[in-house]
Amino acid sequence: MGLKEKLHNIKEKGKGKKWLSAYSAFHTFVYTPNETTHSGGHIRGADDLKRTMTNVIIPLIPILIFGMFNAGFQHNAAINGFPEGMSFFSGNFWNLDNLYIGAVKLIPLILVSYVVGLGIEVFFATINKHEVEEGYFVTGMLVPLIIPIDTPLWMLAVAIVFGVVIGKEVFGGTGMNILNPALTIRAFLFFAYPTWMSGDKVWVAGANALKGTPDAISGETILGGLAQGKDLVYSTWDMFYGFIPGSVGETSTLLILLGAFYLLFTKIASWRIMLSSAIGAIVMGLIFNGVVNAGWITEGSKFYDLMNTPYWEHLIIGGFAFGVVFMATDPVTASQTNRGKWIYGFLIGFISIMIRVFNPAYPEGVMLAILLMNVFSPTIDHYVIQGNIKRRLKRLKVQKITIKNYG
Amino acid sequence: MGLLSKKDAKLITDPLADNNPITIQVLGICSALAITAELKASIVMSLAVLFVLAMGNVVISLMRNIIPPKIRIIVQLIVVAALVIIVDLVLKAYAYELSKTLSVFVGLIITNCIIMGRFEAFALANGPWRSFLDGIGNALGYGIILIIVGFFRELLGSGTLLGFKVLGDSIEKTGVYAYGYENNGFMLLAPMALITLGIIIWVQRSRNEALIEDN
Repeated sequence: MGLKEKLHNIKEKGKGKKWLSAYSAFHTFVYTPNETTHSGGHIRGADDLKRTMTNVIIPLIPILIFGMFNAGFQHNAAINGFPEGMSFFSGNFWNLDNLYIGAVKLIPLILVSYVVGLGIEVFFATINKHEVEEGYFVTGMLVPLIIPIDTPLWMLAVAIVFGVVIGKEVFGGTGMNILNPALTIRAFLFFAYPTWMSGDKVWVAGANALKGTPDAISGETILGGLAQGKDLVYSTWDMFYGFIPGSVGETSTLLILLGAFYLLFTKIASWRIMLSSAIGAIVMGLIFNGVVNAGWITEGSKFYDLMNTPYWEHLIIGGFAFGVVFMATDPVTASQTNRGKWIYGFLIGFISIMIRVFNPAYPEGVMLAILLMNVFSPTIDHYVIQGNIKRRLKRLKVQKITIKNYG
Repeated sequence: MGLLSKKDAKLITDPLADNNPITIQVLGICSALAITAELKASIVMSLAVLFVLAMGNVVISLMRNIIPPKIRIIVQLIVVAALVIIVDLVLKAYAYELSKTLSVFVGLIITNCIIMGRFEAFALANGPWRSFLDGIGNALGYGIILIIVGFFRELLGSGTLLGFKVLGDSIEKTGVYAYGYENNGFMLLAPMALITLGIIIWVQRSRNEALIEDN
């Protein structure tokens, strides 16, 4: 009897035992289970939950690696000054020194994210006696990518406990949640520990440790800087490639776009949501640009700098691209109907730019916009479906009358 | 309890757990969310409700045979209003700072559903002694939840209890703050009061499955 078979047999022996769900979670993670259905005819889809989740993780890996390099790059740029004439393959960016600084910071965040999150999943699966779901694999990867690199590990752990228990388990676990768990975790961090989630001391690795010393460094995100009326020092290509301060994974619009193509190619994410979010953001950006051009707002106004930002620039700064591609499209919390997806996505884009401009205290509008629309997506679906039913009933009535008249 | 008969004792113990006005009947939520950011405010609010509910129940119970049913709500409102004004003035006279923290919520005890609920459901149909006990019991049930929520919100949100810095000084970085601990600002916002309350309800119902209602 081979090892594989022995491991399968353990499951038979452990039936009804408490530790079984924890064991089979790890077992299915490593091996394909040997269970087969026993009755009826079945069509087997290859894209089960495990493969779907893996397909979301694949495009996140380049972003993660880029995030490590960028963390080190921002640290060195804050000390030595931003290098001139950066191109995407610049040696100033892709060097081992940068990678080392970033990896030392980022790998503990990823470990904490997975250990704490999966620990809770296994705990709940054990007391509820069901199998551990794969849902946390994506959340656990997303969370380290959407927080500042300097976030203390214990804060992350507290936030994950909150996000997974209150955001997901109380609703019944994977697939039943109303809010996106990764964003719930980030929103908790944002409201609980605001000094660690905004300002100019958290976006650059090591800035908090050096605070108050002669070597102090700082780095503001572009949105944070604009909200305070500072001038931009980054070129458009810097922003597009992602050589800017920000949460770990949100900076590189280029890699996020590649990830978006991958998600669309594998049909995991909805192109309707991505497209309509971009349209929503552009519409709101154009409205603000129009207000500035019409002279309705003076240069002294605190909204002027953000309103004057060209509409297309909103798409490549801040977490907009990352949020729309990887979180707004979460199939559990988004709208399900096609027309609903257009409305849902459009409002996410529209509201996130609105929050960005009007509330400098919450520079990351896309987080709040997605959470808000998560709450409304069942309502949108409800009205789309009711609208369909009404239209079809009307058609039915017309047909009946026609049949009566001619029949 | 030797002092009270078994039936009377139940009037006090029931609302503390299995028939708690907040967690089971879900009444009086507004004030539970609004004033529980500090433990002190929760305690004072509980005492104020204890006074108003116990006295009000006795007064209504004494008048229960002479109140015309058609205008009983108005009579009840006048009784509550009179008692609340007494509480408000006492607070203003002896604990001015605290009365400013509680602000309008003392006045809003009038609209606390628990009070009108007990008048309607109990005092109008029972004698003064039993009504008094019922008032005490329900107010204690209300207070105990307020104090639990207030305890966690103040401890985790500000790192203090009743104003004492039990976790150390957050600015001077003493106590647990020296190890990098920080206060959770979210606990001071109303949503966390709701979530704390939800967790209490969750724990209570999972310990006593008879409380879980069918859909």
